[in-house]
Amino acid sequence: MQIFLIRRSLGFLATLFAISVIVFLVMNVLPGDPAVTILGIDSTEDARAALRAELGLDRPIWLRYGDWVWGAVRGDFGTSYFFRVPVSELIAERLPLTLSLAGLAMLATVLLGVTLGIVAAANHGRTGDWLIMVLSQLGIAVPAFWLSILLVLLFAVKLRWLPPGGFPGWDEPVLALRSLVLPTVALALVQSAVLARVTRSSALEVMRLDFVRTARATGLPPGRIWGRHILPNALVPIVTIVGMQVAAVVTGTIVIENVFYLPGLGRLVFQSIANRDLFTVQALVVMFAGIVVTANFLVDIAYALIDPRLKGRLA
Amino acid sequence: MIEAKEITVRFGAAAALRDVSLDLAPGRRLGVVGESGCGKSMLGLALMGMLPDAARLSGSLSVDGKEMAMASDRDWRALRARRVAMIFQEPLAALNPLRRVGETVMEPLRRHLGLDRDAARARALDLFEETGIQDPAAKLRQYPHELSGGQRQRVLIALALACDPGLLIADEPTTALDAHVGLRITDLLVRLARDRGMALMFISHDLAAVARTAEDLVVMYGGEIVERGATAEVLADPQHPYTQGLLAARPPLAAGHLRERLAVIPGTVPGLMHLPEGCRFSGRCAVEMAHCATVRPLERATGPFRSAACHLIGGER
Repeated sequence: MQIFLIRRSLGFLATLFAISVIVFLVMNVLPGDPAVTILGIDSTEDARAALRAELGLDRPIWLRYGDWVWGAVRGDFGTSYFFRVPVSELIAERLPLTLSLAGLAMLATVLLGVTLGIVAAANHGRTGDWLIMVLSQLGIAVPAFWLSILLVLLFAVKLRWLPPGGFPGWDEPVLALRSLVLPTVALALVQSAVLARVTRSSALEVMRLDFVRTARATGLPPGRIWGRHILPNALVPIVTIVGMQVAAVVTGTIVIENVFYLPGLGRLVFQSIANRDLFTVQALVVMFAGIVVTANFLVDIAYALIDPRLKGRLA
Repeated sequence: MIEAKEITVRFGAAAALRDVSLDLAPGRRLGVVGESGCGKSMLGLALMGMLPDAARLSGSLSVDGKEMAMASDRDWRALRARRVAMIFQEPLAALNPLRRVGETVMEPLRRHLGLDRDAARARALDLFEETGIQDPAAKLRQYPHELSGGQRQRVLIALALACDPGLLIADEPTTALDAHVGLRITDLLVRLARDRGMALMFISHDLAAVARTAEDLVVMYGGEIVERGATAEVLADPQHPYTQGLLAARPPLAAGHLRERLAVIPGTVPGLMHLPEGCRFSGRCAVEMAHCATVRPLERATGPFRSAACHLIGGER
């Protein structure tokens, strides 16, 4: 298990390194001059050159990469050209909102998806199963941004139960949570539809296995057979999908935060790309990638915890 | 302990079991033989109340004098493990791969008998010892994939015996095992049944294993019992043409016979939907008569505790 953890951790760091290189190269090769964005298209070439020198953009790319990584390791992602404040400050302000949104969306996804999947599998071939499958098919087919607009129209504009967008800040926890309800639902509905289907098919596969018959022959009630025998064995595909869904939900916040005017990282990504805010974009892309890689890392560890047979093989 | 009267199991129009009657007294060991698809596993599941959802059971089935033919799954749960227990063919597949075998065996002890962790572990240890598992304390902590096939089957037997059932149903318990391991498992089952005064229903297609295990024997074909009696008598003097065919189809052990062609019963067991209305063996029977396919032969006594269901037996020709 230790060897396994060490190998996975090394792989995790190597992936982060590769991501940082790619992000840095792409951002520097892409057309668009930050100096022009900052000073405007009417600025003189001399003024632009001076600004580039001030920002360090005239130095060789590998030096700039070295500085950037060295700074990032110490928590310094440089200063935003656009907001004129340290990028780390920008991120620190917005991270709690995005993490809360993504966390709530994943919680809702897992609770709803796994529950519906179990109910469908337990009622295999009957009305409940059929209904859940039709609804989940519908859920998968609907794009999240379109669903968000419908949700706003119904719950905010027509029924006036929930705010249509914006975020009051964490000083008012109830209001803050209320304003996160619709974005969470918009993110979670599609994902839980996917997860319900995966859970259902995985559970159906396990239900046919002989040890479930053994559990029944042992006189165990259905709740215990599900909790101790079926679900744990159905968990590997479920965890795999949940890991991928973390990536989908985190990147999904970019669209959803813009639809709901939430001042989080997703909205910052959008603003900083539009403003050619180089350091901010770099830091954000690496962060998003880092969250996704971390999720995959945790999924790998979860496999070994779930299945004792995999412990030997994964090392 | 168990009394089944004319139980029939239908899937839609097809009958997987037809009018099966059976008594199992405490301490008796009954063998059930027949080819694949003859309904012997279905009979085992019926006695556990574990028929598939689509199955419809009719007839009378009493366990400890209580009528269970129409009982709910909840009622059956009270009997499983405590009164009737069952072990299956593939010991690896029959064990939850994610749980230590000790936990699996402790589960019914804690749930049904209300033992605490330590008491359940001590009891599981006893059961492992009783079923001849080497180094039982260490085995409790192992996972199924770390055990051998014979050990896994012993674990399943220990699990089945956990709540001291009155009847153990063993459905082809040796088929997936090496021959010598299988022999030890059959001998273990016989010893356990004797020591505990427990009834044993040994389901197999292997006549040699049944001869070693069971005092009484029923032969099944097409979901019906075609012949029954004391095992030794049935094997020495088979009366139903199907039983005769089964015995003739056994490979001879003497070296001189190895080159001889094996006798076979012609054809294969027809699917449930295609079984003949009369005698289910008609169409494959060597001594078939004109009315066999349409008129159903009833079981007739051919001696004390012996009977067979064939038109050739009992005078009606």
